[in-house]
Amino acid sequence: MIWIDTIIQGILLGGLYALFASGLSLVFGIMRLVNLAHGDLIVMGAYLILVLVSLLGLSPFIAVFIAMPAMFGVGWVLQRYLLNRTLGDDILPPLLVTFGLSIALQNALLEGFSADSQRLPTNALTTASVDVGPITLGVMPLLTFASAVLVIVGLNQLFYRTELGRAFRATSDDATTASLMGIKPANIFATATGIALVIVTIAALYLGLRANFDPNIGPARLIYAFEAVIIGGLGSLWGTLLGGIIIGVAQTLGAAINPEWQILAGHIAFLIVLLVRPRGLFPRAND
Amino acid sequence: MALLQTQNLVAHYGDFQALFGVDIELGDAETIAIIGANGAGKTTLMRSICGVLRNDAAAVTYDGTAIGAKPADEIMSKGVAMVPEGRKLFPSLSVEENLLIGTYGRKVSGHWNLKTVYELFPILAERRNNPGTALSGGQQQMVAIGRALMSNPRVLLCDEISLGLAPVVIKDIYKAIPQIKAAGASLIVVEQDIAQAMAVADRVYCMMEGRVTLSGTPESLSRDKIHNAYFGAGH
Ligand SMILES: Nc1ncnc2c1ncn2[C@@H]1O[C@H](COP(=O)(O)OP(=O)(O)O)[C@@H](O)[C@H]1O
Ligand SMILES: [Mg+2]
Repeated sequence: MIWIDTIIQGILLGGLYALFASGLSLVFGIMRLVNLAHGDLIVMGAYLILVLVSLLGLSPFIAVFIAMPAMFGVGWVLQRYLLNRTLGDDILPPLLVTFGLSIALQNALLEGFSADSQRLPTNALTTASVDVGPITLGVMPLLTFASAVLVIVGLNQLFYRTELGRAFRATSDDATTASLMGIKPANIFATATGIALVIVTIAALYLGLRANFDPNIGPARLIYAFEAVIIGGLGSLWGTLLGGIIIGVAQTLGAAINPEWQILAGHIAFLIVLLVRPRGLFPRAND
Repeated sequence: MALLQTQNLVAHYGDFQALFGVDIELGDAETIAIIGANGAGKTTLMRSICGVLRNDAAAVTYDGTAIGAKPADEIMSKGVAMVPEGRKLFPSLSVEENLLIGTYGRKVSGHWNLKTVYELFPILAERRNNPGTALSGGQQQMVAIGRALMSNPRVLLCDEISLGLAPVVIKDIYKAIPQIKAAGASLIVVEQDIAQAMAVADRVYCMMEGRVTLSGTPESLSRDKIHNAYFGAGH
């Protein structure tokens, strides 16, 4: 019974990792850009929510809805005026620039908020749990997982059911020909990164409610996100959810055996999947 | 005054100069053909007109405004649509989505819409949910033409729409040209198939090595003249 409980906790933790990873997966899928600052942007989102909570006295669940459009704007401007300039046949410039951005963000957050760890205020909801038969599930992990599924359903709807989604796919296929259709690839990419940062903000909410955060934890979140995306297969959002779940389950199982093995077990699961399926579980045909 | 005009148009790929002062004119409701051997610069000319290659503003004029320096998306929204060489369908989009993307972000009015494009090429209606790239070459070409028509362009640029297709298929595709003209578009048809080009064009330009070497109405151009303009004298 304890094992089933552990596995279910792991699956729910996978929802958090999927939230970390969905924005990364989206941006990579559309413009083949690996954003090394992704984890730091999540941390920045958590601080933004924290600021709104402390300044306006809002619940984090309300503050997140103010933070989302702001983060969309940050993503749009960042992509339109900085990252678009790095895109091209060479994959090195975007890596270098986003690596630099990662360091700059960490330093800016350190400067603004010090290295002390912070946490979003919890309330009755965040500590509540429900009993499902013999298993007790936290409301927060359930909400996190449900949010991850909603985000992925929403992104798939956007991708396959809307005009903007068509433009995302067309621009991803061939930006020059897309411009012959009246599409501005630079704006499409900016919009995609804006949407990615909206998801980042949702991830930030659950990150900040679940545990302490400080300006330096971004890169580790990036690694989990990265592993989830690669396990799932580059560009596949449901694959990304499954990747998050695999890492989450591996971590909770590892921790159940020995608390020191938690992080290591996740990385080992990642390596095993890579050995068996080097292109991930659901690779896209044309990658 | 011409609807679309290039004046002393030049184009470079890095150090390589592909066009050396090209002047062409397209009148309202006119169809012109651009013929020339492989590498003559026809595609480069099309890419310069539609904004994929940028130029001095004055090098291309359309409807009274200088558009040579404008990006492709702006030129297309002014009413110049392109059927690119090699069709360039979007592999991630179905046939119908490929057509719909031709009107991205705009409400357009005019003869062409999904229904009339499917009437023009009925086979596409049957295959509307297939990936565009799962179709035969001729059907893909129909999608590429339909996609450009969806925006109801005033000027339609067609770059080698017969390339790599069987003669019967080429005939099928060229059957659509009179209807496209009748709906009000002016056309620039780039072809290596001279007979095909002569049959639809009001005027013909022949290009060689980045220059226009001959122009005139199809009747006024003898085979010898075309041969010389196409391959150079002495061949
Ligand atoms: N992307 C490119 N880079 C470098 N040279 C090119 C490129 N595209 C075309 N060229 C060169 O420009 C010249 C004209 O090419 P193009 O316009 O494609 O001719 P056409 O369409 O008449 O066959 C050719 O010599 C070709 O090799
Ligand atoms: Mg060509």
